[in-house]
Amino acid sequence: MKVMAQMSMVMNLDKCIGCHTCSVTCKQAWTNRSGVEYVWFNNVETRPGVGYPRTYEDQEKWRGGWTLNKRGRLKLRDGGRLHKLSRIFSNPKLPKIHDYYEPWTYDYDMLLNSPSGEHTPVATPKSLLTGKDMKISWSANWDDNLGGSLETMAQDPLLAKMSEEVKAEYEQAFMFYLPRICEHCLNPSCVASCPSGAMYKRQEDGIVLVDQDACRGWRMCISGCPYKKVYFNHRTGKAEKCTFCYPRIEVGLPTVCAETCVGRLRYIGLVLYDADAVAAAASVADEHELLDAQRNVLLDPNDPAVIEAARAGGIPEDWIESAQASPIWRLIREYKVALPLHPEYRTMPMVWYIPPLSPVVDVVTNSGNDGEDASVLFAAIDKLRIPIGYLAELFSAGDTAPVDLSLRKLAAMRSYMRGISLDNVRDESIAQAVGMSGAQMEEMYRLLAIAKYEERYVIPPAHAEQAHDLEEMGCSLDFEGGPGMGGAGPFGSSSGEPVPVAIENYNSLKSRQTADRPSTPGRVNLLNWDGNGKPRGLFPPEEEK
Amino acid sequence: MSTGSILLWVALPYACAVVFIVGHIWRYRFDKFGWTTRSSQTYENRLLRWGSPMFHIGILMVIAGHVVGLLIPREWLYAIGIDEHMYHLGATWMGTAAALLTLAGLAILIYRRRTVGPVFLATTKMDKVMYVFLGLTLGFGTLATLVYQVFGGGYSYRESISPWIREMIIFQPHPEMMAEVPLFFQLHIITACLLFALWPFTRLVHVFSAPVGYLFRPYIVYRSRDESGAGNRPVRRGWDPVSTPQERKSSSSR
Repeated sequence: MKVMAQMSMVMNLDKCIGCHTCSVTCKQAWTNRSGVEYVWFNNVETRPGVGYPRTYEDQEKWRGGWTLNKRGRLKLRDGGRLHKLSRIFSNPKLPKIHDYYEPWTYDYDMLLNSPSGEHTPVATPKSLLTGKDMKISWSANWDDNLGGSLETMAQDPLLAKMSEEVKAEYEQAFMFYLPRICEHCLNPSCVASCPSGAMYKRQEDGIVLVDQDACRGWRMCISGCPYKKVYFNHRTGKAEKCTFCYPRIEVGLPTVCAETCVGRLRYIGLVLYDADAVAAAASVADEHELLDAQRNVLLDPNDPAVIEAARAGGIPEDWIESAQASPIWRLIREYKVALPLHPEYRTMPMVWYIPPLSPVVDVVTNSGNDGEDASVLFAAIDKLRIPIGYLAELFSAGDTAPVDLSLRKLAAMRSYMRGISLDNVRDESIAQAVGMSGAQMEEMYRLLAIAKYEERYVIPPAHAEQAHDLEEMGCSLDFEGGPGMGGAGPFGSSSGEPVPVAIENYNSLKSRQTADRPSTPGRVNLLNWDGNGKPRGLFPPEEEK
Repeated sequence: MSTGSILLWVALPYACAVVFIVGHIWRYRFDKFGWTTRSSQTYENRLLRWGSPMFHIGILMVIAGHVVGLLIPREWLYAIGIDEHMYHLGATWMGTAAALLTLAGLAILIYRRRTVGPVFLATTKMDKVMYVFLGLTLGFGTLATLVYQVFGGGYSYRESISPWIREMIIFQPHPEMMAEVPLFFQLHIITACLLFALWPFTRLVHVFSAPVGYLFRPYIVYRSRDESGAGNRPVRRGWDPVSTPQERKSSSSR
């Protein structure tokens, strides 16, 4: 047993309202640069829908992820090393930028500078690829809220797997939102596809990253990832992907998408897993057994043998404690309400989802029944086979049983907690109907519905024994080569090293935000003064009383 | 021996070789971030799907041919039973085929670069200069083969050019060996030298990143955070500033 730690996320789809705040804040933080205009490390898809990039889930077409060879061993679906190298001059499985969408901006100048006239000036869309006028015909969430989906929904690869009759019925049944980030898989096929070895999984926390200095732009990772969550920066010629906001995670802050989620539906925490068991779990023959195989790769952080092995593997004590307090472990293994996205890709994804019950409740309520009564909800879950089948295609390789159980637990929790609120009755039979105890119901309710910040995010800071290197520099312009070091570079004002984007770092930012006094005593930079303390010289001296 | 011939056949090749070697070391240290193929496949794949493999496979054949013809003494080939006639036939016909494949691929790629809007906008000045010298080198090389080998009587460059290069490599320059070499071969060599001098400053550096190691490493790569330290690494200057085509256009029109 080789114990490793993995930073992972669970999203409670029951609470997602599709507001795209996560996408927008992520874009502002990470992909508001040229070359990645079309890139959304975090995107929110309306399901059923074609997704972003279009039909990415159709692995017959894109050939991402892993599959089993004739001898039952794992192989990359798009072929092994020699096959990949033979296609290096032109990768036939690379999505074109138009499969995402053509990025654009608007000619805002027109609004300001056009002469006064009869007609209101219009800011026309300009392509960011060609600089020319363009007609906007697709985007990262063009079919948001099923908009225009009568034309496009039939292309949904999951619906294509279901029967025609199902489709028509499903259109009226329900929709839900699916926020997606990189899955930071335990068995990442993007890493396996990278010819340069530039992509790697971090030993400490399992975050999958691209070394920008080692990437040579061979583009195999993009076709290798079945979730299409590695992107090509078309200006720098390098791959980029979701970083799980590692600079924030390293100091114990949640990712930007989680921090800004208004529905408070994201959970972040550590899980311990057995690295030696990953390959075997990913090569289970029956796709329906992949879910349980992956659950069993995760190790119980309270098991003394696991703790012993974790210590032996060099996992620090506070990380083990965080794994014990992890909401992820509870949602995946104790309550078993969270499910992985597309386990059949065999990458062992580590961003899991609690399937949405709300649409079922809506259907029940709209039909005039009691949407919070356990027996009515159970009956509805039994009856709504089509949505359940769709969810099963997403989360359990088509096996409806795990989705069914997860939804039943959510339904039981609603009903059980209503009993407490309205009648002050703790009806154990409801909890037992889904194999839980009343106490567990209340714990789960606290985690899912109350969802306190400290319980949603249990993130141990990285062990940065070299933290002194990260101390904030005295003046933000005094870094080496900066203007504080004697003006411009040797060959004019723009020569020399570029100004670092973030001179401050999160550690110092956090310590300053929580400190009682200014973090740089004796000297205050008004630009980033946080209002803490009363620095000398900033205010006129108080008058003598 | 004239000053001109010393300049052309001693000074220029050595200068270009120094720029080539030092340039690569410097670029690798200074600009790892800019070291990439700068693929434009996401913009357009219909032409690239044909042009790129044609060009690359062709140029690999060309390189292999040059190694055999220039670096391996003909006595060694005689020893393994490849006589002058066999060599000449092989070099001429396979060389011509490789040249035509390469040139056809290059033509498709240059046509694509000029006509596909986003690809053209993503083309840097360095790319354009490189295309000129790459095209000239390939063109003169093909011309020399066609004019002297296919339609002419055949020129035995293994008696002049090949020993000249091998002597250059061991720092025993013999510029007089190049005096009688036909014009197109001379032009081919001079443009090639200039191309080598440009090499480290263009996207051609990706040749030295050919991912051979991929065949031998384990699929999943783990790396410790400790190697790079916590937080971000300091930002280094990229080779080309990253900007949108719009910005480029507006800055040049001002």
